[in-house]
Amino acid sequence: MSKVVADLLYSAEHEWVATDGSGPAAIGVSAVATDALGDIVYVDLPEVGSAVTAGQSCGEIESTKSVSDLYSPVTGEVTEINDAVVADPAVINSDPYGAGWLFKVSVVSEGPLLSAADYAAANGGEL
Amino acid sequence: MTENYTALYEQHKEAGASFTDFGGWQMPLKYDSELAEHHAVRNAAGLFDLSHMGEVWVTGPDAAAFLDYALAGKLSAVVTGKAKYSLICAEDGGIIDDLISYRRGEEKYLVVPNAGNAKAVAAALTERASNFDVVVEDVSEGTSLIAVQGPKAEEILLRLVPVGQHSLVTELKYYAAVEVGLKVNGTEQQLLLARTGYTGEDGFEIYVPNAEAASLWKALLETGGGLGLIPAGLACRDSLRLEAGMPLYGNELSLEANAYAAGLGPVVSLAKESDFVGKAALTALKEAGAGSTTGRKLVGIKGLGRRAARGHYSVLKDGVVVGEVTSGQPSPTLGYPVAMAYVDVEHSEPGTVLEVDLRGKAEPFEVVALPFYKRRK
Repeated sequence: MSKVVADLLYSAEHEWVATDGSGPAAIGVSAVATDALGDIVYVDLPEVGSAVTAGQSCGEIESTKSVSDLYSPVTGEVTEINDAVVADPAVINSDPYGAGWLFKVSVVSEGPLLSAADYAAANGGEL
Repeated sequence: MTENYTALYEQHKEAGASFTDFGGWQMPLKYDSELAEHHAVRNAAGLFDLSHMGEVWVTGPDAAAFLDYALAGKLSAVVTGKAKYSLICAEDGGIIDDLISYRRGEEKYLVVPNAGNAKAVAAALTERASNFDVVVEDVSEGTSLIAVQGPKAEEILLRLVPVGQHSLVTELKYYAAVEVGLKVNGTEQQLLLARTGYTGEDGFEIYVPNAEAASLWKALLETGGGLGLIPAGLACRDSLRLEAGMPLYGNELSLEANAYAAGLGPVVSLAKESDFVGKAALTALKEAGAGSTTGRKLVGIKGLGRRAARGHYSVLKDGVVVGEVTSGQPSPTLGYPVAMAYVDVEHSEPGTVLEVDLRGKAEPFEVVALPFYKRRK
């Protein structure tokens, strides 16, 4: 079963959000998503300074077998993107909750987000 | 769709495979990383369960003449021990399946259709056999097929073959097959070993009764593990065959496809003396030339950017649709996107730069000669 990390929030589209209420929130995709996608070979991230809207596509993730839209789980302004995963997308597979983070957003509002327990239960993930 | 399970299903489950439906079969898509599996086959070896493929024996005094009639190739010209890639066509020239036939004796052939077409092929062969003295026997249900593919395949296989029979393997040519003893669980099994594959690498395919399949699978993994052999799923099988420029039935080939447009003209033997099913239609198609039916032919295209083309994406020239992608993905070996596509003949010359509509954005792709990847001999 795919791993779900406890202290994160999750969207139904399999993005995770790490927020401590102060600085920008880090966003990535869950292991449920990376396991389903297979080996990720290309990632297209929103530009720094661009506005993203919760629930809307802001990029794409391409694996050997398929391509999926990347949805922003929050509304706000992109403050940083992870250049390391653009250069080596395999990091998203190997460490989806750590070094495989995708971008950071200065959050204006959150979309509907699930607790780790609810997300794991809904997607057969393992806490 | 009916779910079929191969005799190796439990092995795959234990190995942590994720599964996919393919031709009505639950098959391992990948065990861990399909990229790692792809590279293992290119650099060491991969172990594939191909038990979803069909196996149909054709035996009897008319076996050769019958297959000359039923298939598009000249199977009577195949010497015993050799194999031939061929097509089984409908009367209108449409492709029912692409398949490999092994001549196992003067009056004996083994025909191997694709999983999803196995029943249709067996039915077509049976129907076409009515005027011939042959027996058509579909043994797909009781037969497993295990492939070892990659540069280490021969070395791995030899570890299970008694020394006295090593030369049978080392001297086996590509597209040939031999009965050889394989040591499994301490006993020697006589099995049919073919030097064939669908990966662009050297490799072998072993036909084994279902009851022995798991033992052989485990023996190969155990003996080959030290040489880098890992189980490999259908995901990497698809990327490997695409790099090797090999068509996949359902993507590049279909009942609507035309052998000449698909680049399979050399597989059709219009020169053989006897009539065969589809001959009149195929003769007309050949005379009309590639592109006569749809105006298109199958080509390889190489992405000049990083994003990959996928099946059914439109191929454009100056914004106008001139073709459609049949298979495509990032090439793990080459590091750039590769695809096969049917494109208008006038835009099919290697070197032509076209675009593919990647979800609303046109990205440049260049027509290149197939295959994308060829192993060093």
